[in-house]
Amino acid sequence: MSDLMSQSEASVLEPREALPFPAAGRRRLFADPRKVAPYFFIAPFFLLFAAFIAFPLLFSLFLSFQSWDATSGLSGMKWVGLSNFTFTLTDHWFWKSLYNTAYMAITSGVPQHLIALPLAFFLQTCFRRWRNFVVGLYFLPFITSSVAIALIFSSLYSTDFGMINLAISEIAKLPGLHWIQPDHHIDWLYNATTVKPSVSVVIFWRYVGWNTVLYLSALQTIPGELYEAAKIDGASGWQQFRLIVLPLLKPMIFLAVTLSIIGGLQLFEEPFILLPNEGMGTGQSGLTTAVYMYRTAFHDGDFGTASSIAWLLFVAITGLMWLNTRIFNRGGMKEAGK
Amino acid sequence: MKYRFSVLATTALLGFAAASAHANTTLRVAVFPKLDQEIKDVLPEWKKLHPDVDVKVSALAIGDHHNAMTTALATGSDLPDVMAVEVGFIGRFAAGGGLENLARAPYNAGQYKDQFIHYTFAQATTEDGAIVGMPADIGPGTLFYRKDLLDKAGVTEADLTRSWDSYLAAGQKIKKATGAYLLASARDIEDIYIRADLKEGEGVYFDKKGNPVVTSPRFVKAFELAKKTRELGLDAKITPWSNEWAEGFKRGTISTQMMGAWLGGHLSSWLAPDTKGLWRATNLPNGAYASFGGTFYSIPAKATQKALSWEFIKFLTTRQDIQLDSFQSIDAFPALLSAQKSDFFAQPVSFLGGEKARVIWRDAASHIPSIQRSKYDQVAEEAVHSALDKVVDGNEDIHTALQEAQDDITHRVRR
Repeated sequence: MSDLMSQSEASVLEPREALPFPAAGRRRLFADPRKVAPYFFIAPFFLLFAAFIAFPLLFSLFLSFQSWDATSGLSGMKWVGLSNFTFTLTDHWFWKSLYNTAYMAITSGVPQHLIALPLAFFLQTCFRRWRNFVVGLYFLPFITSSVAIALIFSSLYSTDFGMINLAISEIAKLPGLHWIQPDHHIDWLYNATTVKPSVSVVIFWRYVGWNTVLYLSALQTIPGELYEAAKIDGASGWQQFRLIVLPLLKPMIFLAVTLSIIGGLQLFEEPFILLPNEGMGTGQSGLTTAVYMYRTAFHDGDFGTASSIAWLLFVAITGLMWLNTRIFNRGGMKEAGK
Repeated sequence: MKYRFSVLATTALLGFAAASAHANTTLRVAVFPKLDQEIKDVLPEWKKLHPDVDVKVSALAIGDHHNAMTTALATGSDLPDVMAVEVGFIGRFAAGGGLENLARAPYNAGQYKDQFIHYTFAQATTEDGAIVGMPADIGPGTLFYRKDLLDKAGVTEADLTRSWDSYLAAGQKIKKATGAYLLASARDIEDIYIRADLKEGEGVYFDKKGNPVVTSPRFVKAFELAKKTRELGLDAKITPWSNEWAEGFKRGTISTQMMGAWLGGHLSSWLAPDTKGLWRATNLPNGAYASFGGTFYSIPAKATQKALSWEFIKFLTTRQDIQLDSFQSIDAFPALLSAQKSDFFAQPVSFLGGEKARVIWRDAASHIPSIQRSKYDQVAEEAVHSALDKVVDGNEDIHTALQEAQDDITHRVRR
């Protein structure tokens, strides 16, 4: 029995004396269970990965070269080469959706980071006992279901019955503030000009806590002696922030911005639920690329074109990732490694 | 020991065989609400005819239901034996070839054609003459209005319906006297107008050759009407089926609504039950006749128990008592002509203040023309709606917007 165990395996599995092995002559036909067991342990993850991530990914790539009306069944696929891609690239609704997506990603993403970073610094320095509680409050929107958030906000934004318009009317009654009151109630989610900022506000509110937590955790890795040394040298709070915190936080900023870019370009949930007509909005003013892809697939029944939209979006995200890495990585990661 | 095992096994197998010989077959039916309620109500009747057939009903919200059916048709697996398809989707499902052609033997659905309101059969018939669904219910277009608001403004029903211009003029009076909007969205007027004067066999967005016709005078006039509605401040800019729309009914800020007759059921049950007795129904303005919605029952081409499915569909659609029952229980206007002859139609509708609305609707249904359906209807509708948004919200010129929509549709249809 001892020749079955190699030295490396001895530490992994305990030796068993009476293994129900077949006779020594037939041993080579059966795999050693101790060598095979690890594969069984990791198999569940890989099976699920293959079924729910790898297969859809590859099938989507395959689909993007086909013309497929789903209701005709799997045999209804026709190879059309790059025709779906050329159609999407010449489709002005697609470009409009990319513009909308980029606009909302920026208007919701930039404030997230501009506020999250100083907020994290503020929480780090000023709160000691209550810090976790306050951070928890900021984090609450992130863990709340996006459907619930979108439903509540669509009530708030309602034109004739919403709290926001009501609040504006009430505030305008205060002395000196009557100029706030617009001519008629603002159609937050209906008017083409106010749709994108309205949705951006909801997204900002949802993710600012997440970024705060990220930055807070990074801030806690900065040793306190650096601050003390700087204070002795006469640095003010602002200088400490600019010269200690920012450079050392560059890797975390890089990570947080990366996540914001990916999340921003894949915007789906909030526009889909907030905007009328399942995300189309008025004149496609709030249409994001992910929503457009969903509508092309399920509303227009064109799965091939929808897949091409998905892959073109992937190209866009990859491009921005590369840009992001070039901007932040030139300094960031290498400095932290020193 | 071996001997005992084989005896046990044989006994078990025999037992299973005996059990399955008496087991009921199950028919899987996929619908959207409230059809599930209706099917459950009529199940006892079905059991009398077919005691050995169980019916398993699954229901999803209408959008999710059609998504689920699309997925099931795409993969060919997990298909129901009978599926309900709403009129907006029947064109697409039919074009895909996933639905059984009921015109062929052994179904020969064509023999029932004269028993139904004529335009519904046309809706479920493809260009090649394949019948892909049996009509279950229809939605004759009607105009619901708040009598109390009209009375306050001194407007009569005739003022509303004489012509589109008189409709808008009445709306201005209502707005001035009561502050209520005439209608929920300018889009409603546009949608009705483009369907109003179609001749038999014409399509809404496409001509017989499949070219989009959205720059025609019909669309221009529809857009002009919608723009005028917005300029006069008569529409509440609310999308149907939203929370605001429901609130508008509850609070009486929307004075009229053009929709299918089935809206009456929704108003009385959940939209605005407290406004009972305040609503009336009449025909659409300017003598327009249009259809809103409508359900069909279809058999997937890859289903396994097609003969049984066909029996069930015939049970639901060709029997006068079942059709009438569904009208009474879930407000599904029967497509079967014989069901429409029932005395039930002459009864007053209490929610509508005792009006004999069903007679009005029955008459309207008989005037609705058969419209040519196209697989790209929904694409065209979206393009036209965005063009309309640009015109009423963004002040774009009507002809430019329609031309853009035309180019858009042509671009997409070419695929």
